[in-house]
Amino acid sequence: MSTTTYREAMRDALRAALRDDDRVFLMGEDVGAYGGCFGVSLGLLEEFGPERVRDTPLSEAAFVGAGIGAALGGMRPIVEIMTVNFSLLALDQIMNNAATLLHMSGGQCNVPIVIRMTTGAGRQLAAQHSHSLEGWYAHIPGLRVIVPATVDDARWMLQTALDDPDPVLLFEHGGLYGLKGELRDDLGPVDIDRAVVRRSGTDVTLITYGGTLGTVLAAADELAAGGIDAEVVDLRTLRPLDDETILGSVARTHRAVVVDEGWRSGSISAEISARITEGVFYDLDAPVGRVCSAEVPMPYARHLEEAALPGVGDVIRAVEELGFRG
Amino acid sequence: MSPLDPKHGRHLLEQMLRVRRMEERCAELYTQSKIRGFLHLYVGEEAAATGVMEQLLPDDAVVATYREHGHALLKGTPMTAILAEMYGVAEGCSGGRGGSMHLFDMEHRVYGGNAIVGGGLPVAVGLALADQLAGRERVTACFFGEGAVAEGEFHESMNLAALWDLPVLFCCENNLYAMGTALARSESETDIAAKAAAYEVPAWPVDAMDVLAVERAAARAVTAVRNGGGPHFLELRTYRFRAHSMFDPERYRDKAEVKSWRERDPIDLLAARLRGEGGLDDGSLAAIEERVAAEVEAAVAFAEAGTLEPLDTLTRHVVSEPTGGLVR
Repeated sequence: MSTTTYREAMRDALRAALRDDDRVFLMGEDVGAYGGCFGVSLGLLEEFGPERVRDTPLSEAAFVGAGIGAALGGMRPIVEIMTVNFSLLALDQIMNNAATLLHMSGGQCNVPIVIRMTTGAGRQLAAQHSHSLEGWYAHIPGLRVIVPATVDDARWMLQTALDDPDPVLLFEHGGLYGLKGELRDDLGPVDIDRAVVRRSGTDVTLITYGGTLGTVLAAADELAAGGIDAEVVDLRTLRPLDDETILGSVARTHRAVVVDEGWRSGSISAEISARITEGVFYDLDAPVGRVCSAEVPMPYARHLEEAALPGVGDVIRAVEELGFRG
Repeated sequence: MSPLDPKHGRHLLEQMLRVRRMEERCAELYTQSKIRGFLHLYVGEEAAATGVMEQLLPDDAVVATYREHGHALLKGTPMTAILAEMYGVAEGCSGGRGGSMHLFDMEHRVYGGNAIVGGGLPVAVGLALADQLAGRERVTACFFGEGAVAEGEFHESMNLAALWDLPVLFCCENNLYAMGTALARSESETDIAAKAAAYEVPAWPVDAMDVLAVERAAARAVTAVRNGGGPHFLELRTYRFRAHSMFDPERYRDKAEVKSWRERDPIDLLAARLRGEGGLDDGSLAAIEERVAAEVEAAVAFAEAGTLEPLDTLTRHVVSEPTGGLVR
C-alpha cells in the first residue's frame, strides 16, 4: 500500500503499459511536451520518447481514426481526448468505425484501442468542457465504456482495457485527478465485466459510478447516522452493465436510487432504472429514485454549477422520498 | 510513345473487364432484387483502381469507399465472395454483414468499404502509422472521391500523414460529382492536387481514363512511398458513366457530357491502343471476354448457392468472440 493520487495512479498505469508492451503508444493533444492537459502523462515523453508518447495536432477525428487504423495494424494505441465534449469531433470515427468495423466486416476487423477522456463538471469550466456524456457512448453496441472511480481502479483498469480485443472508452472525471487514496500495489488487472459493492447495506441500494461515487459514499455515511443502512454499487462499467450485481443488490434491499452526473432524460440512469423495473419489480418496496444533473448546459457561476450537480443532500432527499419512516 | 508490352496490356484489359462485366451483372441482379440496399457502380472509372492496384504488393493495404467492388476484386478478393456479400449470404467476404458498401477481406488486406465520405482517410493514416512504428515497408493505398475533400477528415488526415511522414498513397478519384453536386458548385478551389500540395504532400493529376498513365503515376508514387518518401497523392481524373447509385435520375448533368466521356472509355482506349500495336485481335479479345464471363457466371452461381446465416447468430461480431460474442 502507498498513498497516491488518481492522477499519479493513472500515470503509473500508462507507464506500466508502455513499459510492458511495445505495441502500446499514447497519442493525443499535449500528452507529450505539455505533460497532458491535466498532468496525467507528465514525464512519459522523457521516459519513452516522442514516437510512443505522441503529441498530435488539434485534429480529433484524424488522431482517433489513426488510432483505430493503428489498432487494425496490430498496435495497442491509447488515445487521449482532452474532454468528452471534444470527443464529439471524433464521433464519426468512434461510432462509425471503432464500434462498427468488427460487425461490418463479419468478424474480421477487431479494433483493440483504448480511448481515454476527461468527463464531468465541478471546476467552473462551463458548457463546453463539463458534460457527462459517457452514458451516450454506453448506448452503442461494439463499445465498452469504463469509468474508474478510485485510485485502485485508475491504476489497474487500464491493463484490462488494453487486453480487451475491442474498443474501450475510459472516462476520467476531472474532479478525481487530485483524489488521494491508498493504492494497492499488487492488485492486478480489474475485472471490468463486474460492478463492485463499495459499501454493504440492507435498506437501500445506491447505484453510481465515476465522479459521483464520493458524493454517494458521503451520503451513505450521513444516512447511516440517521439509521438508514445503504449499500453502494460502483458500476465501474457502463457498457456492458452488470445486471447481476445491480439486480442482486436491489433484490436484497428492495429500494434503489441511481445517481448519475449525466442529464436525466435518455440517460444511463434511465436505463438502469428500466432494468431494475424489468428485472426485480416485485422485489421493490418503492419506485426507483434518480438523482441526475439539472437539464441545462453547465453554467459557469459556481453557485449555479453546484445547484446543477448531484450533491450529498440531493442523494439523501431522494432516499428519504422512498418512504422510510424514521 | 514506346510500344506497350502486349501481354501486360492484355492483362490490364482483362482486369478492367473483370470489374466492368462483374458490375454490369450486378446491375441486372439488382433489377431482379437479388442484390438490395445501395449499389454504387464503378463503370467508367476502372482504369483508376486497375492502374494503382498493379503497383501494390499483396501485403499492402487498401482502404476504399462505398464504390469499391473493383478495388476489392483487383486486390485479390475472389469475385465469388464479392457477389455472395452482395447477396447477403454467409459466404460473402464480410459474412453478409456489410453488403455492397462494406467489402472487407483481411487475407488480401482490404479494409472496406467505408460509406462515410472521408471516414476512411484517418484509418488509412493509422494503418500506415502502425507500419511505420513496426518498421514494415508496406504501403496503404487510400481511395476516396473528390467529394471527400470538402470533409474536415480529409484535411486533418493530409496534415497528419505529412507531419509524420507516413507511408500512405492517397488516391482521389475525381469523377467531378459528389453524388449530384458538381465540383465547381462545392469547392472554392477546384484544383484538388493543389490542396494536397498545400500540406507538403507531393501530388499530381493523372488522366485516369488512361490506365497506362495511372500505372506510370502509381509506379512513381508507390515507389516513393515505399522508400520512405512519405505520403503521396494522385488526383485520378475520371468519370462515372452510370448513375450514382441505382436510384439516381441524373438531373444534375447533361447527356452530352456523359456521351463525351464515354468516348474515352478506358477499356476502349486500351483495346484500341493494343490493336493498333498488334497486341490484340478479335480472337484474343474474345478469349478474354470468355474467361471473364465464366468467372462472372461462377460467381453468380456461388452466390445463388449461398446460405443464410441462422438468426440465432444475429448478434455475433458485435464484440470479439473470445470475450463472449454476444451483445453487451
